[in-house]
Amino acid sequence: MAQRRLDRLRSRRRRTAFAALAVSGVLAAAACGGPGSDSSGTTKAAAAPSVSANAKAPTCGTAPVTLSGYFETGFPLPKALADEFSKQYTNVKWNIREDQFAVITQNAPRVLADDPPDLMRLPQVSELAKDHLLKDLDGYAQAFGWDKWPASQLEQMRVNSDGSRGDGPLYAMGLNFSMTGVFYNKKLATQAGISSPPTTLAEFDADLKKAKNAGLTPIDQFNGGATGGFAFPLQNLMAAYGDPGPINDWIFQKKGATIDTPGNLKAAQHLQGWIKDGYFAKDVNSQDYAAMMSRFIGGKSVFMFDGDWESGNLDKQMAGNAGFFLMPPAQAGGKQAAMSAPLTYGISTKAKHADCAAFFLNWVATNKKAREIAVTVGGSHPMGPADAYMPPVKPGSVTAATLEAGAKIGQDNGSMDFIANATGAIYAKSWTPQLQKLVAGQQDPAGLLGSVQKDYESQVGS
Amino acid sequence: MAGPLTAARTATAEAPIPPPGRPVRGRRARGARRPARGWSGWLFAAPAFAVYAVFVLRPILLTVQYSFYRWDGIGPSTWVGGANYRRLFTDSDLFDSILNAFKLIVFFSFIPVLLGLAIAATIRRIAHTRLALVARTVLFLPQVIPLVAAGITWTWLLSSSGFVNQLLGWLGLDGVTRAWLGDFSTALPAVGVIGAWVLVGLCTLLLMAGMSKIDPALYEVARLDGAGAIREFFAITLPSLRQEIGVCVTVTVIAALASFDIIYISTQGGPGNTTMVPGLEIYYLAFSERQVGMASALAVALMLLVLIVVLPIQWLTKDGSR
Repeated sequence: MAQRRLDRLRSRRRRTAFAALAVSGVLAAAACGGPGSDSSGTTKAAAAPSVSANAKAPTCGTAPVTLSGYFETGFPLPKALADEFSKQYTNVKWNIREDQFAVITQNAPRVLADDPPDLMRLPQVSELAKDHLLKDLDGYAQAFGWDKWPASQLEQMRVNSDGSRGDGPLYAMGLNFSMTGVFYNKKLATQAGISSPPTTLAEFDADLKKAKNAGLTPIDQFNGGATGGFAFPLQNLMAAYGDPGPINDWIFQKKGATIDTPGNLKAAQHLQGWIKDGYFAKDVNSQDYAAMMSRFIGGKSVFMFDGDWESGNLDKQMAGNAGFFLMPPAQAGGKQAAMSAPLTYGISTKAKHADCAAFFLNWVATNKKAREIAVTVGGSHPMGPADAYMPPVKPGSVTAATLEAGAKIGQDNGSMDFIANATGAIYAKSWTPQLQKLVAGQQDPAGLLGSVQKDYESQVGS
Repeated sequence: MAGPLTAARTATAEAPIPPPGRPVRGRRARGARRPARGWSGWLFAAPAFAVYAVFVLRPILLTVQYSFYRWDGIGPSTWVGGANYRRLFTDSDLFDSILNAFKLIVFFSFIPVLLGLAIAATIRRIAHTRLALVARTVLFLPQVIPLVAAGITWTWLLSSSGFVNQLLGWLGLDGVTRAWLGDFSTALPAVGVIGAWVLVGLCTLLLMAGMSKIDPALYEVARLDGAGAIREFFAITLPSLRQEIGVCVTVTVIAALASFDIIYISTQGGPGNTTMVPGLEIYYLAFSERQVGMASALAVALMLLVLIVVLPIQWLTKDGSR
């Protein structure tokens, strides 16, 4: 090769020849088959769970083990759990890498394929499961008895062979599960003449009006950039007007599911009514999540739609002044629903210490101390059996209110995944721009739902 | 992630050097007289070429290859022929992002070049004062600040309670205050202003460097002939700066068409896709939608588009006399 190259260089057209040769070499390197064909090895390794149904539950053993973890920056829970685990199981050490969630989302497939951690914070799992990057945890579920927990805790992490979620093998596990609803500033609410959390949607409307008339900003909600936070009130309104079941079906990509239903249209119209009545801060379309939080904590708005991952934070920064209620139903005494999702962690198909990682996940849900950490550090409800130990929380705190709300959602079977999780692109490319247009008066409710449904069909179909 | 503006800056540094084709030809001519040294020159260039091939040519060719497949980046891929390219014209979101990039040329290119000319001409007249030094430094400062930091600063300035709105309030213009980056009609111009702010310093500096090479005797002659400052500018300064203006326009047009960082930091394409540009769209397609094939097709299209726009500019501003 080298000789031939030198020979060619001597020819009169050596410059062109050299370039052509180099380019062809590059082409040859590039063009051996379609991209991605090299990952077939992963495909085969993925299928079988390592633990059979009747086997004894795995442990971390007694020999020194170093678990590699890939966690989310800014959330102290996983690190706190890992530290406590090492205290109880002294042979286990951790090698932890952290990144922002957005970075984890973008890198998840490549990291799982090339540099597989034992335990990793995961975005929506269906595409990762489809690519056989995640370990099937059903064997562990049976060995540890996870299959006897309330099924709703795990269904979001079950993925069928066609990529739809809700049933099929289990591909991830939660460290706890979060709950969303409405936070409010108690002092401002009193100032506006709001005496207690609303019990019906009509009461909530009246409260918003009171806040507006008192010269306050009723709701502050982030809706700028690529993260349209108006999906929170919209989905809450959907649940107030209808049943969470069909919404979940849509999110889980069940066949024939649609978001463009009469009930959801009423919800979107209701949201539009709030916008037209001036119940939202004027600049929501330029606000990001951090701006919303700092304004709510700073007492600039009465209500905010958010999740209990902020409970601990609000208990600290607004001690005694923050309250929480679930979105009230349209009819008094009606069932309530909320977006609720596990803090998802998974094990790579190629993980070196899968058994130990699974043992850790089981420990998080069942160990008394771990459950305490899940509540005090994470602010959300621990995973596990319905009758498992619940650590005490300070009465009157936001954390107490969100945990109580969690129990109500359990009773009403009202847990929903987030409409933003239906497909990889639906949030940034459909919900967000459409909701921003709704705020600016450039889209109507019917157009919003129709457009999102159209995008959804093209993405799910492909 | 190396931003396009960073790349543009590098390009500027190299731009005054004649294209690589020429010296090579010269060396070959010499090589023809002394054949023994002919290919040894290539050996010296080989490491650089290898790096170029591996890190520039290979990724470009792979991108072209990917653009003909439907692929999520990991799993098996399907050959789809030109389908990805056809979608560029049928998917209004993708097409609109390209249109937005062209609108940005006004802010990223026209304004900086025109302002840069005016400022450079002004500074030239006061070249030896301290004020000129201060002005040069202040104008060039945006080039030194990382774009991400500039984007964040401007996001604060343009927010509903930011300095821009405060200033308007003081002037009694409360009626026009708004969240500039969150408003459908002002988001794209607002992003454009950030770009103009960044690039005006670069253009000024380049144009001033060009002006310093103009023979002072020309101005003297013009003045003897009774020309005023404006006449001087149009008769001497402007024609002499042809090449520098060419470089400025090229670099800024590329910055507009391939913009990413400023928009990613300030609006992320929102509200309602009004500031979506191809660079950002490629990023979303590849990393959040995992449509590596479609992202590659848009990337190839963007590359061709940049070449189609930039090559005529190069040709138009080529100065035969130099």
